[in-house]
Amino acid sequence: MATKYVGQRVKRTEDPRLIKGLAHYVDDIRLPDTLHVCFVRSIYPHARINSIDTSAALAAPGVVAVYTGKDIAGKLGPVPCASALPDLKVPDFRALAGDKVLFVGHPIAAVVATDRYAARDAVDLVMVDYEDLPAVVDVEEAAKGGTVIHENFADNIAYKMTAGEGDIDASLGAADRVVKQRILHSRLAPIAMEPRGVLARYFPGEEELTVWSSTQIPHLLRTQLALMIGIPENKLRVITPEVGGGFGSKLNVYGEEALLGWISVQLGKPVKWIETRRENIQATIHGRGQVGYIEIGFKNDGTITGLRYNVFADLGAYHQLLTPAIPTLTGLMLSGAYKIPAIQINITACFTNKMATDAYRGAGRPEATYVVERAMDLVAAELGIDAAEVRRRNFPAANEFPFHTATGLDYDSGNYEAALDKAQQIIGYAKLREEQKKARDEGRLIGIGVSTYVEICALGPSAAMPAGGWESATVRIEPTGKVTVLTGASPHGQGQETSFAQIAADELGVDLKDVTVIHGDTGIVQYGIGTFGSRATAVGGTAVLIAIQKLKEKAQKIAAHMLQADASRLSFEGGRYSLPAASAAAVGSSDPVVPVGEAPAGALPEPETEGRTSLTIQEIALAAHIAKDIPPDTEPGLSATYFFEPKNFTFPFGTHIAVVEVDRDTGDIKFQRYVAVDDCGKVINPLLVDGQVHGGIVQSIGQALYEEVVYDEQGQLVTGTLMDYALPRASHIPNFELDRTETPSPVNPLGVKGVGEAGTIGATPAIVGAVVDALAPFGVKHLDMPIRPESVWKIINSSH
Amino acid sequence: MKINLSVNGVAHQSDVEPRLLLVHYLRDVLALTGTHVGCETSLCGACTVMIDGQAVKSCTMFAVQADGAEVKTIEGFAQNGDLHPVQEGFWECHGLQCGYCTPGMIVTAAQLLDRNANPSREEICHGLDGNLCRCTGYQHIIEAVEYAAKKAAG
Repeated sequence: MATKYVGQRVKRTEDPRLIKGLAHYVDDIRLPDTLHVCFVRSIYPHARINSIDTSAALAAPGVVAVYTGKDIAGKLGPVPCASALPDLKVPDFRALAGDKVLFVGHPIAAVVATDRYAARDAVDLVMVDYEDLPAVVDVEEAAKGGTVIHENFADNIAYKMTAGEGDIDASLGAADRVVKQRILHSRLAPIAMEPRGVLARYFPGEEELTVWSSTQIPHLLRTQLALMIGIPENKLRVITPEVGGGFGSKLNVYGEEALLGWISVQLGKPVKWIETRRENIQATIHGRGQVGYIEIGFKNDGTITGLRYNVFADLGAYHQLLTPAIPTLTGLMLSGAYKIPAIQINITACFTNKMATDAYRGAGRPEATYVVERAMDLVAAELGIDAAEVRRRNFPAANEFPFHTATGLDYDSGNYEAALDKAQQIIGYAKLREEQKKARDEGRLIGIGVSTYVEICALGPSAAMPAGGWESATVRIEPTGKVTVLTGASPHGQGQETSFAQIAADELGVDLKDVTVIHGDTGIVQYGIGTFGSRATAVGGTAVLIAIQKLKEKAQKIAAHMLQADASRLSFEGGRYSLPAASAAAVGSSDPVVPVGEAPAGALPEPETEGRTSLTIQEIALAAHIAKDIPPDTEPGLSATYFFEPKNFTFPFGTHIAVVEVDRDTGDIKFQRYVAVDDCGKVINPLLVDGQVHGGIVQSIGQALYEEVVYDEQGQLVTGTLMDYALPRASHIPNFELDRTETPSPVNPLGVKGVGEAGTIGATPAIVGAVVDALAPFGVKHLDMPIRPESVWKIINSSH
Repeated sequence: MKINLSVNGVAHQSDVEPRLLLVHYLRDVLALTGTHVGCETSLCGACTVMIDGQAVKSCTMFAVQADGAEVKTIEGFAQNGDLHPVQEGFWECHGLQCGYCTPGMIVTAAQLLDRNANPSREEICHGLDGNLCRCTGYQHIIEAVEYAAKKAAG
């Protein structure tokens, strides 16, 4: 493939509409006669509902209907969970609560009114008589027993699982030393800047339902909504207009999405619900939420012999789509970037009276990376070996790939030492350590944190996924020569309208502006899986590439027919099929460029072939559409569809180094440097990759230093607005110094690995490691996130 | 209540409920949906618009408070098809991903440059602190503002 566009910092084609304020997110779509929905949500974490009185709400101005759990019973199916684990307890989760509420924000009633103010007013008129029940809040307490959240289950344990290879007891026994550490992964709120939103429109005559939803998975959502609402899947269309961020929070099927569709069917009118931020923090999935116990065994030279991780996973009250699966991903990635002969994870996954946890950017892998990287720091501290050096001693060498881990994975390709070398070189590691020592002598608290991470991406082979791990693409060249790419991926900020167009433009030899990438509409795009798990480019981009290769096989046959030559004699370059130069000279003709797409409307002119030695692929497309002169037994038109099934995951990796200074007087933490060397395989668009890395690291900064969803001891959510849930702001970030190494993945022909989650996975341990390192003079070996100035200040001031 | 205001240079007269938020007036009454709602508590800045030259969060202001004002929304930034330098900076520097915070960011950045044509990185960060972005990690946004400052300086 000629690379005019691939590998270049191409500006995004999606940007003009976004920077002009002309793009359409769900709430920007306005249909006549739309009714608005507001929810009555539980204010209690755990309560019995004795009664609900909707009469006052129904009598309020503008109110059209009020629905409660009774109205949907037997009519709207449960919220789906796609994780199939042995002996998994799956509670019955309905869009509106039955006789109990199990978390703050649990939907109880839906008020439908002629405008959103009227609906919101009437929410306050719905009278719910609650009987407060004791809440189960702490995950380790939940595992012990006491109050059982789901009466039909014996206890609060949703599942238990042990995984890993090698003899863990023998490996820990053979170690010179073993270090243990309790470790906390706070609950986080994904906080996509656009909250969720749904618009549903049912046409009673056609019996067709269209659902616009802010989702990452339009096709999977369509299938699930069809089953939940009981409408034929071919009468249901899901459209994802512009989606204002997801980070996994929209990789789900929510009760509200189904309920809105169902209400539209009941009322025969469009209905809209736009989530408020308060609802978003209460009732959109959370991430992380683990309490774990690390045991790491190692030799005196720093060689790791074994790792055990006993973890309590806080699942929340119900399962959302992938809730139970997330801790299992943690188990898969516990080997990190290291040769660890024996690994064991013991998961105890529990119900609590909180919102469900599920996939938040990284989804179980940040937890794994944090565990392994914190463990490496503990080993380094225990042995007095440099944090970078202890990591280096445990890397598999570049020639050991594919590398089999004791968690059962085969890492595709890697060169971990090269990334570490580069990061150390950029930051001037040796000198930095000297400066740190000098600063310490002067009483300043400088810390250096290192993370050498690996992640699992390009999810994934279908065998490892609940509902297909492939991705699809259709590529067609229209009669006027314009190229349309339909992708089953569903980008929502990642920029694949641009990066997929780069792939297509290069492979077809056409101009980038002639390519349009369409996604997120099940009425237009063939079935797809969606965008999550850093899969879109590695799996969806590959589908685009192979679809084009298929299309070109056909184009070449048509070209040969048109040029009256043997197909094998034609070469393809610069968007045209050409005869060899020698035979072209013999024909003695130059090729007039036939302007495609500039002819007046009407009958389309057939491409002139007389005396031609080459034809553009766009001319061939036109000929294929007119179909007056194409080879016999050839289908008219020029399009191809390909469903790409990857053979393995990909395993991007890298090294992040953070340098912080802690203020002795205030406990404030300030970044001095941040270097990230990431290896995401081949890069389609470096500009977009940088953006993904920046964004990921800043979410890590949030997790490390600011963010935490807090439920109090009674189960009340106390971080319910952005006033209390602290997100990183512009002044919180360092000036990132990014670089890359490039180790192509052998798993797909593009050689790409994926980068969407790298920053969120790789950065957190570097930041925490840096703060811990800064406080090492106080004997600190570990701190739980988020590390707030208050706790730092206490450490500094308690040791005087 | 009757209000008279100018939005992006166009005069509007409307009869609105006193409690109607300005952002809902712009979005639902005038169909200017480029201004977004991200938190309803004036913390995220997605709803930022210019009112008489000041960047204001329109989710915590009533439409009636804008009576007599000159309002400029994101839709009013490109003139005759030419992008505003800040818009251009966002495009050039990949200052946006999902784009939801972008209109508010652009309005805030424009005001920042109105007040300080040659801001330092620190001043840019400080100026953007009232606007949240969850995608970009801010670095490209900061570079976009630097680009716009340079461009405006010629």
